[in-house]
Order: sequence, then structure tokens, then C-alpha cells
Amino acid sequence: MTNGEARDGGTAPPPRAPIQFSRQLPEIEPETAFFWSAGAEGRLLISHCDACDYYIHPPLPRCPKCGTEAVAPKAVSGKGRVASYTINIQQWLPGMPTPFVFAAVELAEQRELYVLTNIEGCALDAVRIGMPVEVGFQQQEDVYLPIFHPAEATHVD
Amino acid sequence: MSIDRYPEKQVRITGIGQSEVGRPSRRTALALTMDACLEAIAEAGLKPSDIDGITTYPGPIADPKGFSPVGATETMIALGLEPTWVGASAEGHAHMGAIFSAIQAIASGLCRHVLIFRTVAQASAAARSNQSAGQANLMGGNKGSARVGGGMAWSVPFNAISPITVNALYAQAYFDKYGATSAQLGAIAVNGRKMAALNPKAVFRDKPLTIEDYLASRLISTPLRLYDCDIPVDGSTAILLSHKDVAGDLAQPPIEIESMGMSLGGLGVGRHVGDFTSFPSDKAGEMLWSRTDLTPADVDVAQIYDGFSILTLLWLESMKLCGRGEAAAFVEGGTRIGLDGELPLNTSGGQLSAGRLHGYGHTYEACLQLWGRAGDRQVTDAKVCAVSNGGFGYGALLLKRG
Ligand SMILES: [Zn+2]
Repeated sequence: MTNGEARDGGTAPPPRAPIQFSRQLPEIEPETAFFWSAGAEGRLLISHCDACDYYIHPPLPRCPKCGTEAVAPKAVSGKGRVASYTINIQQWLPGMPTPFVFAAVELAEQRELYVLTNIEGCALDAVRIGMPVEVGFQQQEDVYLPIFHPAEATHVD
Repeated sequence: MSIDRYPEKQVRITGIGQSEVGRPSRRTALALTMDACLEAIAEAGLKPSDIDGITTYPGPIADPKGFSPVGATETMIALGLEPTWVGASAEGHAHMGAIFSAIQAIASGLCRHVLIFRTVAQASAAARSNQSAGQANLMGGNKGSARVGGGMAWSVPFNAISPITVNALYAQAYFDKYGATSAQLGAIAVNGRKMAALNPKAVFRDKPLTIEDYLASRLISTPLRLYDCDIPVDGSTAILLSHKDVAGDLAQPPIEIESMGMSLGGLGVGRHVGDFTSFPSDKAGEMLWSRTDLTPADVDVAQIYDGFSILTLLWLESMKLCGRGEAAAFVEGGTRIGLDGELPLNTSGGQLSAGRLHGYGHTYEACLQLWGRAGDRQVTDAKVCAVSNGGFGYGALLLKRG
């Protein structure tokens, strides 16, 4: 699996500690539970059509390309690139840690396969469109939020 | 189907009305609604008993407070209407969806005169709950411990709880790809404020804004700043549509609906396509121009959605009023989009400076311009006006003086 799995599993401390502020968590729904819980095992799962090899996010009960129900969560590399980002500066709620980077990450597995997320683990102004990133997870209650950080320099295993 | 059989060609705009616009207003949302509706009916020379259809966008919604406090049913009762057709939906093409539905109801023969309204009371809702303008518009993020479901579940857990944070992704990608600058984007806000000074109803009519002020204003979510955000208000706007066969007998010279365009994208359910430099509004623009013999060069004045300034740039391109990637350079400096420019833009001040009447202010202003009633901000001899609405559901109209 990914380098990110070993280094950034659910037990790793988040790069920036939250200050008495809880993110508003997603409802765990039957269609989306896998996405929010797989981080417990350090995995990023994305809904995938096995019939036509197509990733679907947010998940759908049938593949929008071929129409079959052959869709199931599949582990992805957790690597991608920043498709776009913003540095949110306004503190919308008391205690919300600001500024922070909100981003759309295009996963390496497929063009325009976007996951909305935060970028942490680097200076805010270091984030650029096209920057290689990889996933880590932050646990809050029963939710493992996929949060991305700059990818390590390439190395040989 | 020949072009003259299209539903929009069977329909005319025959009256418009607008309540006072306040920050906040002391009138109730229903009173504001009645003010706007009665004005539109009277302007057409009709009585409430003549109205046989009524609709609104999106219908009454409990949360966020003030976003849509008044529904079609209570307005129907309040005005003593006995319509054949009543419709409203939060689904579909957003703001302009109600106008499209009304067009279909009239063209299909179900009714002759449809009253459409949009009421907002977000300024008073924010004041009552002691929230800032920005907080009043948060998406699910202000509910304490409650979890967020549906489409917002993909962005709210990452603290993108204001719509601006998602829209900023589009602004940043657009800046990056086309080399657009804050000084160029700022021209939208500065132009709106200049126009607002000429609109007695604009909430920011007395607050001039220079490009230097804009560039010195605080960043909210990069690259978007305070003045890139529209301003919540209390107010109601009404638009009366009538079948063309009866429109000619009414008090106003009917405004023709030359064409309409609509599309819907996945932003509301967390699905993004493309590279964050264009919106699914492109399809609405294509549909608009596929249903008319007019071309973008025929547009005399444009009322282009400005819930956030970046939306205006993307919409200008969707409407083919600018080439792809060219909108920022087009608006730079403001000369081309000023009253004497080649494309006078958002002549009421738009939502950035006149107030968030949520799309309906744009259509209202289009009618004022085409009727030659826009006062100090009148565009000389305006015959054709392009209007667009929406940030996740998209609607476009091409209106023509009859
Ligand atoms: Zn498939």
C-alpha cells in the first residue's frame, strides 16, 4: 500500500491541533460510510465500477458511464495533485482554526476525479495548483477525514 | 419545431414590481412580497382577480432563516388570488427555474397571467440572530453538534462552510490558467458600486468604492475579498408574465422573451467537472443562442449574476459575451462595462452593491432598461438585454423591447 498509510495512519497526530473546535462531521450514510471510515486502516476508498474501470466520487449506486451496478469501494494510492485551492482567512465560527487551505485534489487514478479536502503539513503560501500531494487521515469521533499533505520527494523502495 | 413555436416566444413580460430594499427593512417579508406583487399587477393594468398563475423560487425554506421566508401559497391567500396553476420548487435551474416554469404554464395554455416573485429577508434574519452578513449564509456549519448530510457533507467537514470557499476554488484556478489578476476581478465590484450610486434603491448607493479600496480590502478566501461578496438584504421582486395574445391589451409595451437557456450542474451535490475555470452554465449559454437569430453582438446591456464577482466572469464567458478566458481582461478598468461602454453591465449595482435580491434584481433591472425607466443609469436606446442567474443551477434570458 501507500507510504502514506504507514506514516499517516489514524493514530498519527494532526499537523495542526484543533483548538476546542470540532469540525462539523458528515452523517454516516449507507452509500458513503466506506469513504469516511476506511481511514481507520489508513486507506482511501473510492467508489469504482469494475465493469468499465471508472472511479465515481461522490459515490452513486450505478456507474454513470456504463449503467451497471458493478460498483464497489476500491483502494486508491492516496496520491494526487492540487487541482485548485483557496486559503480561507475568514473565521466563520468561534474557535475555527484559520487560516486554512481548502482544496480540490485530483486523484492520480483518473482525470477529474476530485476529492474536496484540506491541505496541511506545509506553509499556507506554499500550496500551488499542480502540487503533488498524498493523503493522511484525521480522526474525529467515528469519522476519518482524508486530509492531504505535500507528497514526499520520490524515493526508491 | 420552428423557432416561433418555442414556448418563450408565446410569452411577454407585462409588469414588474419591487418592494423597498432594506438592511434591514421594518416591513415583514409577507408585506414586502405583497408590495412587489401588487405593483407588478397594477403596472400591467390588471387586478388580482386576473392573475391565474403564481410561482416563486424556491418556496418557503426554514433554514437558513430569511433565505426564502414566503411561499406561493401564503402569497396567493394574502393577495386573494384564485389561480389555476401554482408551482414552486427548490429543485431545477435555481433562481430562474420559476420563470421557466411560468413560461411553460402559459405556453401550454394552462393560464394567461403568471405572477412570479422572489422574497428575501436575510438582513433582518441576521440582525435578529446577531450574526454577521457572512454567518447568515453558512451552509449547515452553524448547527453545533449536528452532522451534515447530502451534498454539503463533501465540503463542510473541511470547514468550507461558506459558499465563498467553494467559489474561491474557481477563482484561483481561473486566475492561474488565464493570468487574471485581483485588479481585473475588482473591476466587477467597482463597476457595481458606480452603478449603485445611480440607483436610489441600491443599499450601497452612498458608499463609493475605488479599485484601490478594493485591493486594500480584506481577503475572505483567496483570491476573493470582502467586496467580491454580495450583500444580504430584505426585499421582494415580482415579475408578471402574460400570454402574447393578451399582452398587447395591457398597460405596458410588452417585453419579448427572445430566448431562454438553462442547465444544472453538480456543485450542490459535491460533484465538480472540468478544471475549475468554467461552470456548467456554459450549456445554458449555448441553449440561449441556439434559440434565436440574434447574436452576442446584438446585446445592448447585460445583467449578469454576481452572487460572487467571480461568477460574473464565468457567466460572461458562458453567455459568449466574452471569449473563453477573456472576461477578466474585458472588464479591467471598467470602461467597457460602464454606462457608455460597449457592454454596460449590472446597471442596478447588482447583488454586490444593490443587494442580494437573488437573481430577480437582475431581471427587474433588465425590464427597467428596456422600458427606458432606469433614470440616471439608463443605457441609451437599450433594445436587447441579456440576463443570467445562478451559481449551481443556471438560467439565462435574452429580453427584447417589443
Ligand atoms: Zn461502468
